[in-house]
Amino acid sequence: MTETSAAPAPVRTRPSLRERIAAAWDSDIAYSFRHSPVTIVAAVIVLLLLFGAIFGPWIAPQNPFDPGSLNLMEGKTAPLTPNMFTGKTFLLGTDDQGRDVFSTILYGSRVSLFVGFAAVAFSMVLGVTLGLIAGYRGGWLDSVIMRTADIQLTFESLLVALMIFGFTRTLIPPGSQNELAVPVLILAIGLAEWPQYARTVRGVTMVERNKEYVQAARVIGLHPAIIMMRHVLPNVLGPVLVIATLGLALAIIAEATLSFLGVGVPPTQPSLGTLIRVGQEYIVSGEWWILLFPAVTLLALALAVNLLGDWLRDVLNPKLR
Amino acid sequence: MIAFLIRRIAQAVLVMLVVGFVAFSMFRFVGDPVSIMVGQEATAADRAAMAERLGIDRPFPVQFARFVGNALNGDFGISYRVGRPVMDLIQERLPATLELALCAAMFALVFGIGAGVYTALHRDGALSHAAMTLSLIGVSLPTFLIGIGLIFLFSVELNWLPSFGRGQVVDVGGWKSGFLTQSGLRSLVLPTITLGLFQMTLIMRLVRSEMLEVLRTDYIKFARARGLHDRAIHYGHALKNTLIPVITLMGIRLGSLVAFAIITETVFQWPGVGFLFVASVQAVDVPMMASYLVLVAAFFVVVNLVVDLAYYRVDPRLRTDHATARS
Amino acid sequence: MAEAPLLSVKDLVVEFPTRRGLVLRAVDGVSFELRQGEVLGLVGESGAGKSITGAAVIGLLEPPGRIAGGEVRLKGERIDQLDRGAMRRVRGGRIGMVFQDPLTSLNPLYTVGQQLVETIQTHLPLSPAQARQRAVDLLVEVGIPAAERRIDSYPHEFSGGMRQRVIIALALAAEPELVIADEPTTALDVSVQAQVIAVLKRLCREKNMAIILITHDMGVIAELAHRVAVMYAGRIVEIGPVRDVVKAPRHPYTRGLMGSIPDPAAEADRLTQIPGAMPRLNAIPSGCAFNPRCASVLDRCRRERPSARVVGSSEVACWLDDEQLRRSDLQAVVAR
Repeated sequence: MTETSAAPAPVRTRPSLRERIAAAWDSDIAYSFRHSPVTIVAAVIVLLLLFGAIFGPWIAPQNPFDPGSLNLMEGKTAPLTPNMFTGKTFLLGTDDQGRDVFSTILYGSRVSLFVGFAAVAFSMVLGVTLGLIAGYRGGWLDSVIMRTADIQLTFESLLVALMIFGFTRTLIPPGSQNELAVPVLILAIGLAEWPQYARTVRGVTMVERNKEYVQAARVIGLHPAIIMMRHVLPNVLGPVLVIATLGLALAIIAEATLSFLGVGVPPTQPSLGTLIRVGQEYIVSGEWWILLFPAVTLLALALAVNLLGDWLRDVLNPKLR
Repeated sequence: MIAFLIRRIAQAVLVMLVVGFVAFSMFRFVGDPVSIMVGQEATAADRAAMAERLGIDRPFPVQFARFVGNALNGDFGISYRVGRPVMDLIQERLPATLELALCAAMFALVFGIGAGVYTALHRDGALSHAAMTLSLIGVSLPTFLIGIGLIFLFSVELNWLPSFGRGQVVDVGGWKSGFLTQSGLRSLVLPTITLGLFQMTLIMRLVRSEMLEVLRTDYIKFARARGLHDRAIHYGHALKNTLIPVITLMGIRLGSLVAFAIITETVFQWPGVGFLFVASVQAVDVPMMASYLVLVAAFFVVVNLVVDLAYYRVDPRLRTDHATARS
Repeated sequence: MAEAPLLSVKDLVVEFPTRRGLVLRAVDGVSFELRQGEVLGLVGESGAGKSITGAAVIGLLEPPGRIAGGEVRLKGERIDQLDRGAMRRVRGGRIGMVFQDPLTSLNPLYTVGQQLVETIQTHLPLSPAQARQRAVDLLVEVGIPAAERRIDSYPHEFSGGMRQRVIIALALAAEPELVIADEPTTALDVSVQAQVIAVLKRLCREKNMAIILITHDMGVIAELAHRVAVMYAGRIVEIGPVRDVVKAPRHPYTRGLMGSIPDPAAEADRLTQIPGAMPRLNAIPSGCAFNPRCASVLDRCRRERPSARVVGSSEVACWLDDEQLRRSDLQAVVAR
């Protein structure tokens, strides 16, 4: 080879941030997102509620659970109406204790979303792990895991959560019931939802396991855990993401339901469900705002997350439509 | 047929044993049943007597066998919270729950299938679009919010229907029924809708998508090519095939009704088993919780068994052992 | 030609409006006639518009597809503008249809007897007992052994070939004058194909019934059809007696199509192949739709669409003159 024929090798620069953003903007998912106004609205609602929940303590006009900031005189003030004693107005009114409803919603959705995300994360890790093991190892381990999942799936997950919640509480000394209520709630909801993930992941794993690249990885002696992480896991991410999104809506509703039943979070840490439980007592006496605003928030949250989940499912698996 | 039945029953028994074991473990190992039963101030003799009565001094397998035997005889122990036999408490309240669940199931089935078929046949109608949008909201709407909303509208604002309780009930051979009085029937309306609405939307969506699927099949195209009437195609050919997958879901849904009855009963202060269960979870009443678990499991298992048999009735492909030899 | 033909299709146009406002023409100006007892083969690649032509005749176009022009006459009476009820009576009554896949064309939840009786009673004023007797007779006619007993079997209890016979029986339930058979043998094993073809052939002769046979299998056409129409991109390029079209194809496309069929008797050691692919419906070239793939293309082919003209015993839609079309050495395909 002579000098002249050696053309300078093309320098492969990494795509700039702008290029990468442009590529993402043109991807199928982004395209479908841009062309679905309902999905955009849902995403905006979820982001607003997330923002409110995360920055609630800084946005909220008062800390509704600090007794020092409450004024009983300001109780049951209607929205945007000056209080008859102090003249203060509240955007969404106040409850019987004089708590600002807007603030309680911010604090309440903080609890609801935290429990929701934590429960989904827990059931996802548990379900994906068990599904991978069941699908990859097969044999008796597979049978035990999947039989358990089948039996559990026969029952409504809310009932399972309620059972686990009740059962776990019997193991906790009465003194720490309130402190441990949130972790127990997360455990109960998380344990109730894992079979969904396990089933899906197991199915995909069994297909992938027999593909040549996985066989090749086994032949060269890669550890099963590495094979699963590197080769199998990426293939299940799509369906798992869909289940997790729809599962988030389920978990939020489950938490609200348990709290509404009075067996969820303690009254010192009210979630949206607790607020609705409290507000329910005022519908007869006419203080509708104490109930309505938390209820609308919960409904908007659940609906928006469900819409996002539906959209994700359609985008990631057009065949399911 | 018989092999199929035996396999199903064996499965059912297995599920019941597993659930029974969980319930028993709860009862036996959670807390100290003896102290709970006799109270803190009991003497050692009292404790020993109670331990013997509960059979706790025996080996574990014997205890479990005894638990299963007692359960089969309807003896689930004594409620910690109320101090009365669990079975009596459940028996008192079972009619309320079963009547509510039955009404909700009928409501969900009739309207769910009807709306599902309608929206499938009139895909682009305004009414179909409205129903589909509403159903999406229905799926996201927590049951208790539906109940509260209905109470607000029909009890508080319009004052048409009662917001709590069963109204007047009539005792028919130990079964307290709300079906026989006007106030009983009126009291059923809102809880029925609350409990049934969610299931209805699910059934509607499933029937719709299955029906659309079936309407695209070759045998429906062929039925059209044979010149059959639309009515025969839609309700004879398409609906029957649609209902097969729906039957499976229906079983699971019916089971869910019992679970969701817990919420509905709480919202409407309906004196049923679910209301009792929530109270026992709050009070950590272990025998009550354990019995409820067994009871609900038994209900689920029976419903699933019935569904399997219904499936078998409807789909001739499962009945091949009857069939004449294949050509 | 004193009497009116059984079926006459004139300048049929079928369009599918798409969501983006585009209108796709799946069938564009198709004309043909069919006499009583005649079997007309409709051949072409998939997507050429064969099945859609069949569906348009029997009024079973899938929405949003619609007949946008032309007319369909059955014994002189227009049937493309009938209302739903009248068209329904024609379907299954005067025109029967047989579909491709025998495994999926029967409702799995009803016995074949129930499906037969239902069809018979829809079209003929018979009592249940009479309808059942007729159903048994039909099964015997299509060659189902032990029909009396098998009538109460479910579809899944029959083999593929037997199911196709049941489907033929269903198409014949009301003694139609015309049967449209859409790929009736494609999904069957070769040995079973022959049996089903034999059944169709016999019924056609015995009942003096006409058949439109839609297929891409020239073997089936040669076996069963009297005349054949070759379709390309929604148009008929050549139509004529089977023997002539197979042995002496005129249109360059037909020549290419025939060249792609293995012929054990021929010396040629390789099959010819038409380069390129049939255009998609949204990209049909102007003039003759075949012009981009044609080896003998003229300037005119790119501008004007040829209409069919009689060449020998066939009709051919091509701009080449008779002299060229008759030459056996006409280059059918672009030289490789």
